[in-house]
Amino acid sequence: MLLHISKYIITRHLKRAPNIYHSNISFRRIWTSCQRCQIQPQMKTKRHVSPEMVGVVGLEIHAQIHSTTKLFSSSQVKFSAPPNSLVSFFDASLPGTLPVLNRRCVEAAVMTGLALNCTINKKSLFDRKHYFYADMPAGYQITQQRLPIAVDGTLTYSHLGGKKRNQVVTKTVRIKQIQLEQDSGKSLHDDYRSQTLIDLNRAGVGLMEVVMEPDMSCGEEAASAVRELQLILQALGTCLGNMSEGQLRVDANVSVHRPGEPLGVRTEVKNINSARYLARAIDYEIQRQMEIVQAGGTVLNETRAYDQKSGNTVPMRDKEGLQDYRFMPEPNLPPLLLYDSENVPEGLDPTQVVLIDRLRAELPELPGIKRARLVETYGILPEHSFILVNEDGLVDYFESVVKETKAEPRKVIGWVMQELLGALNQQNLRVSQSPVSPSALAELVNLLEAGRISSSAAKLIFQELWKSPGKSAEQIVVELDLGLVNDREKLLRICQTVVDTHPEQVRAIRSGNKRVLNKLIGEVQKRTKGRADPALVRSILEEQTS
Amino acid sequence: MLNLSIKEVSLALREGRISATELCQKCLNHIKKTVYLNAYITVTEELAMKQAQAAESRLRRGKPRGPLDGIPFSVKDNFCTENIETTCASQMLKGYIPPFNATVVQKLLDQGAVLLGKTNLDEFAMGSGSTDGVFGPVRNPWSYSSQYREQSDQDPESDWVITGGSSGGSAAAVASQSSFFALGSDTGGSTRNPGSLCGVVALKPSYGLLSRHGLIPLVNSMDVPGIFTRSVYDAATVLGILQGCDERDSTTVPTSNPVPNLPEDIDLRKIRVGIPKEYHAPGLSQETLSQWGRVADLFEKAGAQVQEVSLPHTQHSIVCYHVLCCCEVASNMARFDGLEYGHRSGVDSSTEAMYATTRHEGFNDVVRRRILSGNYFLLKQNYQRYFVKAQQVRRLISQDFAQVFRSGVDLLLTPTTLGDAARYCDFIQEDNRTRSAQEDIFTQSVNMAGLPAVSMPTALSRRGLPIGLQLIGKTFQDWNLLTVAHWMEQRLNFPPARFLRDASEVDVLGHQRKQTTGL
Repeated sequence: MLLHISKYIITRHLKRAPNIYHSNISFRRIWTSCQRCQIQPQMKTKRHVSPEMVGVVGLEIHAQIHSTTKLFSSSQVKFSAPPNSLVSFFDASLPGTLPVLNRRCVEAAVMTGLALNCTINKKSLFDRKHYFYADMPAGYQITQQRLPIAVDGTLTYSHLGGKKRNQVVTKTVRIKQIQLEQDSGKSLHDDYRSQTLIDLNRAGVGLMEVVMEPDMSCGEEAASAVRELQLILQALGTCLGNMSEGQLRVDANVSVHRPGEPLGVRTEVKNINSARYLARAIDYEIQRQMEIVQAGGTVLNETRAYDQKSGNTVPMRDKEGLQDYRFMPEPNLPPLLLYDSENVPEGLDPTQVVLIDRLRAELPELPGIKRARLVETYGILPEHSFILVNEDGLVDYFESVVKETKAEPRKVIGWVMQELLGALNQQNLRVSQSPVSPSALAELVNLLEAGRISSSAAKLIFQELWKSPGKSAEQIVVELDLGLVNDREKLLRICQTVVDTHPEQVRAIRSGNKRVLNKLIGEVQKRTKGRADPALVRSILEEQTS
Repeated sequence: MLNLSIKEVSLALREGRISATELCQKCLNHIKKTVYLNAYITVTEELAMKQAQAAESRLRRGKPRGPLDGIPFSVKDNFCTENIETTCASQMLKGYIPPFNATVVQKLLDQGAVLLGKTNLDEFAMGSGSTDGVFGPVRNPWSYSSQYREQSDQDPESDWVITGGSSGGSAAAVASQSSFFALGSDTGGSTRNPGSLCGVVALKPSYGLLSRHGLIPLVNSMDVPGIFTRSVYDAATVLGILQGCDERDSTTVPTSNPVPNLPEDIDLRKIRVGIPKEYHAPGLSQETLSQWGRVADLFEKAGAQVQEVSLPHTQHSIVCYHVLCCCEVASNMARFDGLEYGHRSGVDSSTEAMYATTRHEGFNDVVRRRILSGNYFLLKQNYQRYFVKAQQVRRLISQDFAQVFRSGVDLLLTPTTLGDAARYCDFIQEDNRTRSAQEDIFTQSVNMAGLPAVSMPTALSRRGLPIGLQLIGKTFQDWNLLTVAHWMEQRLNFPPARFLRDASEVDVLGHQRKQTTGL
């Protein structure tokens, strides 16, 4: 259908950023960066930077609203569609087109606001923010500058702290506001041909800009807060939250000061597309600013970009010098009014308005509540609850296993944390891709609980289940003859053989070195492929070597 | 046949006294004959004939879609028309072909009305003369009426008068009888002003009653599509079809009431007519003033209560409008950067250079000045002093009206313009900004308040040119307004224009016109 855009917009596929699919990867890497964060103070003292200086970090997070259509038009929202294939007349800013607010986007913002303990404004307004940029065809962005949809919230997040990094440290960051606004298109600069290619597929996609107050002090905290937000958004379904696909974009406002003194000059760090880089970029920027201040210099109020290769932040080419966005009310959108069920004005169809109380009632279980419930219900460790909730689908997996087994949840969590996650990580798989289903694992745990297999055999069976997903644990026990051997006569014979063939060890035991007994137990297990009842073996060997 | 009202010609079509294609052909011929008026930018002859044929076959089967089936009309060239060039009389949009129809255009086409073409205007509707467009000025058809010519002893080529604006092309199309009705737009008076100067009924509906989707905006918060017709009845017919909620324009409101009929006679004793004293403005012509008095008397004699009212903040309307208009213009025009559509400069040393030259080449001085002023008013340090202040004043202006209506007044009677149409050569002595400030004085505040208003052809001046009066109604009381306007129309006996039909004279004029545009 479109347009005369083709003059400038040349069809060419935008290169996708290398895909980091798994939220678990970025999550795990946060912890790597936390360690950096902890190491930092030592570096500071080494460099004679005044120790009491601290970093101050605020975040502006753009979360792309998960909806089928854009914020003000009916074009589809899809990642990596052919360039300019999802562009309505409004998105291309054809003259005479008008914005029509997408209710789904409003609901998403309200749900997100409620989940972040915000006050939902029953009346909010839209504004135009003007600047010329090729991928913003109207010359302005519609946003909510004066009166946003949600204000004054909090986000509680936690990270692992302490010496062993196994203590859960909980903190809170204030949410200043959540505003609805349009996303821009994408520009691709072709320096070789000195032209710019524009893809408007993203232009007009709904964003929630979540503004966090400068309540954080290092990259680790920021990354943890973002991770928590990501989990909340995903639980709500209001944003898919994939940073590498740009569904969640974070700008960090960073400054340094000595506590009690006014905040320092801040810089804005942009261009961060993973939680790992977020932590690194912030820590680098704090360090950089501290060094400047320490050396008697002044931090410039500027926008900096994070360079993934060097791990540094570098000044961004200042787009248009001093910007005055010339904000103005958007005249084509009446105030956005929200209601509670009992005060829908007469004449309004309740199915056509957004009801705050109804959305509140429909909120799903949020990660914080979920963790507390897991600890409470199953008696697992708080850090385990974190890992369960952080891995997409892992809570469901764990709970399914628990439901199908008589084993204590604390035993199940061991299997899930060690065997399952270990194997998943090794092959870079998501929980949903696990070849071992929850019921297969449950069956395995049940066999172990019933004393039908040894724990070492159980581990072996898990490996087999992983390799051949169709089979059941029981089947493998039979096929590989892994059932626990507790036939006393049979074990007596095997033990006797072992005792007879290891005279030196037997002598050592008899002379008082009881630890050598384990060596003999190991030999017995070797001959029984690890399926001998370990308690029985021990008592027999003790008798035979006494 | 061409001088009939919609009501009359619609009947003629149904009765088979004329076919839709004959009617369309007559209009097209007449457009050609009156090309010197410069009323049309684009004439869609082929398409019009096709639409007329379709209408004709429906009419022949006795199944017309409605009162507008087969009726030729035209549309101001700032409404988007699918596959038809839409220029806003600007270099910027020359050659721009929208891929969709404005909602109001679509509604008319759906009714079987026959689109003849796109009419001339001031660039992006910024002006009050229809003299500041890239396609040249529009001439008021009354310049070539015997009524005017008899009073003038000068060469028609030097003393023709303007149509007013910015919807001058649409007003001229209806007044010159080449279109039975036309769409204009009204932001500060752009429909009523040329309606008054061209002697046609010009309706500015309540803000929110008609969809703006597809109307290329001037000031979004004040723009409304306007309707030009030769009678109030016709205006009501068109309004009935155009009004209503449009999901593509969030500022439209639902209209639940079915379209009422205009009663032939009403009891005026229940009606209170306000005469705003502030409208006795400097520069108001004696003739207009006396017509104003005459019609006020007319109402009074018929039993209406006529009383003086005050709209104290009206005096600030012009400056307030200037600020708000410039701000929205600066914003609305930001999209014309030469990237997606429209004019693009050949300068491509950088994107910024391309933007700058594109916009410099694409917009005329009037548009560029308003953009510059608007951006100045919107600067962070100026926003409170200009934009916010202007919005506050706008609210006061609005409240003035509300207060008057609350006191029991049903509608206001005012002049539409200061006087009759100015000669082009006189008009262009002043710059666009000054002229707009002068010309929009009686019309602007209505847009600030979003009220419905209609300009009624009232009488001819001594120069033989139309004088119009304006009726202003309560918001969303457009039908009551038209009811009273209809009553007023019956008693005014506004004389029809007697156009010089002498072929040789028209030819001469047409010839001269071609020569001038050829330069």
